[in-house]
Amino acid sequence: MKLTAKEMEIVEILEKDSRVAVEDIAKMVALSVEETKESIKRLEENKVIVKYISIVDWTKVEEHPGVRAMIDVKVTPKRGVGFDDIAERIYRFDEVNSVYLMSGTYDLSVIVEAKSMNEVANFVSQKLSTLDSVLSTTTHFILKKYKHDGIIFEPDNKDKRIVVSP
Amino acid sequence: MESTKSKYVSKLVNELKPSGIRRFFDLAAGMEGVISLGVGEPDFVTPWHVRESAINSLEQGYTSYTPNAGLLELRQEIAYYMKNQFNVEYSPKEEIIVTVGASSAIDIAMRTILDPGDEVIVVEPCFVAYVPMVELAGGVAVQVQASKENDFKIQPDQLEAVITDKTKAIMLCSPNNPTGTMLSKHELEEIANLAKKYDLLIIADEIYAELAYDEEYTSMAAIEGMKERTILVSGFSKGFAMTGWRLGFVCSPPEISNAMLKVHQYALMCASTMAQYAAIEALKNGRPEVDEMIKSYRRRRNYIVQSFNEIGLECHNPGGAFYAFPSIKSTGLSSQEFAEQLLLKEGVAVVPGDVFGESGEGHIRCSYATSLEQLQEAIKRIKHFIENL
Repeated sequence: MKLTAKEMEIVEILEKDSRVAVEDIAKMVALSVEETKESIKRLEENKVIVKYISIVDWTKVEEHPGVRAMIDVKVTPKRGVGFDDIAERIYRFDEVNSVYLMSGTYDLSVIVEAKSMNEVANFVSQKLSTLDSVLSTTTHFILKKYKHDGIIFEPDNKDKRIVVSP
Repeated sequence: MESTKSKYVSKLVNELKPSGIRRFFDLAAGMEGVISLGVGEPDFVTPWHVRESAINSLEQGYTSYTPNAGLLELRQEIAYYMKNQFNVEYSPKEEIIVTVGASSAIDIAMRTILDPGDEVIVVEPCFVAYVPMVELAGGVAVQVQASKENDFKIQPDQLEAVITDKTKAIMLCSPNNPTGTMLSKHELEEIANLAKKYDLLIIADEIYAELAYDEEYTSMAAIEGMKERTILVSGFSKGFAMTGWRLGFVCSPPEISNAMLKVHQYALMCASTMAQYAAIEALKNGRPEVDEMIKSYRRRRNYIVQSFNEIGLECHNPGGAFYAFPSIKSTGLSSQEFAEQLLLKEGVAVVPGDVFGESGEGHIRCSYATSLEQLQEAIKRIKHFIENL
């Protein structure tokens, strides 16, 4: 889908903050509210805007048991389908949050979310390692999130400017 | 701080009026929960790679003086930048001086060109420092008022009416602080024709040149025949979000540049070394961030201008900078009264228009270089303020 300049602006605004009111977006991009609504609808229908989600800092939630691990996986690619088959086998598991094909010393980077380290361990030993194509796995647990998808979790947002200046 | 006179202070400085902004700063600084639209600087922090290059220069031990005119590498980058961005060619060795902010560039320009009694035409409303800098250099500031009826664009006949045989230069700022008004190429040409006709210099404060939202920016020096009579002042503060680094530059023909360099070398020696290293990085690799900032300002400009008009404060659409300059005449208050009451009742700081010159009366300067949430809240409070007058 080819975006107009205004649509591009709208996407950029929503990508930063999906909760900006349509009325405010309309003002910012100098369109009418109706036109803005139309544009957003078109962007949604064409799946340019896939979904509106929240970025949650789960560590703030007391006793939230979530852990996240990045697993380096070495696999044997298959003739004809390369890595795609085994990648699909892996990403279909609910525990799996992301799967990337990597260059370098291993093949697939798998991000897994689970309630406990034990659960991740079970996933790796019972489900992941037992797949035929998987040669080896190395699991890294994420200890603390500083920045995620461009969002800094505890940014220093203090306005350091003096209140009035020429 | 009250202005007091001392026998130890020169008559000239005793007579100098303190900036009207000072009073609002003192008022607002003591208050909690103030939303400030009074800030004359970007809300962006200098991009990290630029800050990092200054840190690197310190780590490498670049802590000594630079040449008076600034690091040659920086002047070369400035020359590329002026050519690529604004289509004016300057020689890095002959025509560019790196200064301590655009303010010091204007200061050395005035001190270089003015003999006692020489007149400089200053277009109002304008940055608070122009008139004092003319006066400190022994000149006479002749103020002309750009009016709201012309969207704060000065008309050539207004300028021509005040030209005398003492007139040395016209001080111009576009896009303008405080009105945000930007002059088109055609409007600059009309002023340029006057400068040529009466053999005047133009001191063009182009510090906001990057922040042009609707039309392509034209530099005064890019107008035919104007490079030789333009002292072009610019810097890194606004476009590159580097206000606190205090780094500007001034471009002018070699004979003026050489003379200014004399003043600069005695007064300031050279600009801060680490800031100069940061500026090299800003010019080499800072374009993507600058473009992002421009986009962001444009959106907020659109938002605030429309919002002011909706709540009944008539506001022209400013073509550049990050200021909206709505009229508050409909409220019947003076700009000082409006700003003071708004601050005390609603906790929103704006700058009364009259501090930028007579013709700013009846207006307030609102900087939209602040987050959208803050702008929304400020508009809400201003609306509430007007409704309860």
